[in-house]
Amino acid sequence: MTPTWVQLTYLACAVCFILALKGLSGPKTARIGNIIGAVAAVVAVIIPFLYLDLKHVPLILVAIAIGTAGGVLGAQRVQMTQMPQMVALFNGVGGGAAALVALLELRELVPVQDSVNWFVIVATAFTIAVGSISFAGSIVTFAKLQELMTSRPVVFPGLRYVFPIALATTLVLSVRLVIESHVWLGVVLCLVGLLIGLLLVLPVGGADVPIVISLLNAFTGLTVAAGGYVLSNVVLLVAGTLVGASGTFLTLLMAKAMGRSVANILFGALKGGSTLGAGVASDRPVKSAGPEDVAILLGYADRVIIVPGYGLAVAQAQHTLRELVDVLIARGTKVDYAIHPVAGRMPGHMNVLLAEAQVPYEQLIEMDHINGEFKHTDVVLVVGANDVVNPAAKTTPGAPIYGMPILNADEAQQIVFMKRSMRPGFAGIENELLFDPKTTLLFGDAKDSLGKLLNSVKAL
Amino acid sequence: MSEAVVWLTIFVLSVFVGIEVISKVSSTLHTPLMSGANAIHGIILLGAILVTGTTDNNVALVVGLVAIVLAAVNMVGGFVVTDRMLQMFTRKKPKAAAAPASSDGGAA
Repeated sequence: MTPTWVQLTYLACAVCFILALKGLSGPKTARIGNIIGAVAAVVAVIIPFLYLDLKHVPLILVAIAIGTAGGVLGAQRVQMTQMPQMVALFNGVGGGAAALVALLELRELVPVQDSVNWFVIVATAFTIAVGSISFAGSIVTFAKLQELMTSRPVVFPGLRYVFPIALATTLVLSVRLVIESHVWLGVVLCLVGLLIGLLLVLPVGGADVPIVISLLNAFTGLTVAAGGYVLSNVVLLVAGTLVGASGTFLTLLMAKAMGRSVANILFGALKGGSTLGAGVASDRPVKSAGPEDVAILLGYADRVIIVPGYGLAVAQAQHTLRELVDVLIARGTKVDYAIHPVAGRMPGHMNVLLAEAQVPYEQLIEMDHINGEFKHTDVVLVVGANDVVNPAAKTTPGAPIYGMPILNADEAQQIVFMKRSMRPGFAGIENELLFDPKTTLLFGDAKDSLGKLLNSVKAL
Repeated sequence: MSEAVVWLTIFVLSVFVGIEVISKVSSTLHTPLMSGANAIHGIILLGAILVTGTTDNNVALVVGLVAIVLAAVNMVGGFVVTDRMLQMFTRKKPKAAAAPASSDGGAA
């Protein structure tokens, strides 16, 4: 029987996790919330050493030290632009850990199967399968975002048959486990889970990948919750359930922000080529100009809106952009940044990236508040963004981003695109706005072009 | 109440709490929130320690130690990376909102 003080401390830790999530939902309380969560986690991890006579303590401490060092190093070295894949990777290893814990627990359950509630075995099977799915799926999302493989949907013939078969196999194995527990059944379940994880994420491409990361995050939460039931540990149950529920909810919010359904994101590619964009440069004529011409456009405009995108962050051009905006404002131009909810690689990612460059917060205007202003705007400067201003989201029902609310850049008097090349954006589809007569393109690296633009505006 | 029902009760209530606490979050904070939730499920480290510390089998010990390393990466990395992101949101406060910041008296 677990001592009462241990149970009460676990309860306190569970409450702290609730406070942590609650804190993270608002900018003022987010940092303290995160710290409360971290402290609770550390306390919860120390407790077993205090009341249990654990074996292998030195080895366990070494393993914790290795994991801690790896986590801290990774977390500190990662660039802000690479944040989504870092979250995916951390989530994946968590899912993998949950699956391994459940496998070990299954080993303990086998000899005493007759005295164990069948539901405990079901929960163990669930943890093994879903933990493996989360691990394999997260590794694929990591590889996609890190560009270790194509970020486009990968579909092969027969996928639509293999996937249901793998799911059915999982079900059969779980039932077998309940009837007659064997560790090898758990191992097979683990392997099938890894396969499902691969099959689930390979067909997902481009801008849908972050939503899948959020979904897998929720999966890992649920496996931790199930693990808590198996181990009779209330902290795991509450923390896992919190993450599972809030993660599911967050996934739905994100999908809604992009005008997609989760089912469409996961299985859209299976039904047909609808999420497969062009992926190649078009040879249709566009109007391009040099930095001097664009400088004149900007320098004599009364109202300018900047649409920043991932390309800006990758080029590390935020500081140059901020300087340009400062010069324009000094010349009497009204300038704001229009922030699309999914600008960057993940919802809210652009806010993180611009905050890193210390762009004044009051110049960042969210989509709903700025969309009405585009028609009164002289020049829209799109820097390294593409999909968030693509009118195809409104006009082309078959497009992968169809239904996603966009910034109404097309309503402005003039549109300037700063782009490296004519290659389509993250969603892999062509942007009609590039071929609009009102549009001017300024080709080149964002940092380089912005630098030239800045000098030209200063010289006006 | 049987023990299973107690667990089910805690589970169902936690689902509602989880949805409730994040239901009004703005998209500005989606990335840190996802990362923070990610760190919290790293608490599987506790489970990994429990199963590893009670085993006598060498294979199980190795598997358990691997689980501990993975879970620790998830938990520690998750909290550190979330804090790094959130630092960026707090840094601009003294610049952008110097007046309100001074009125709420050392809350930071």
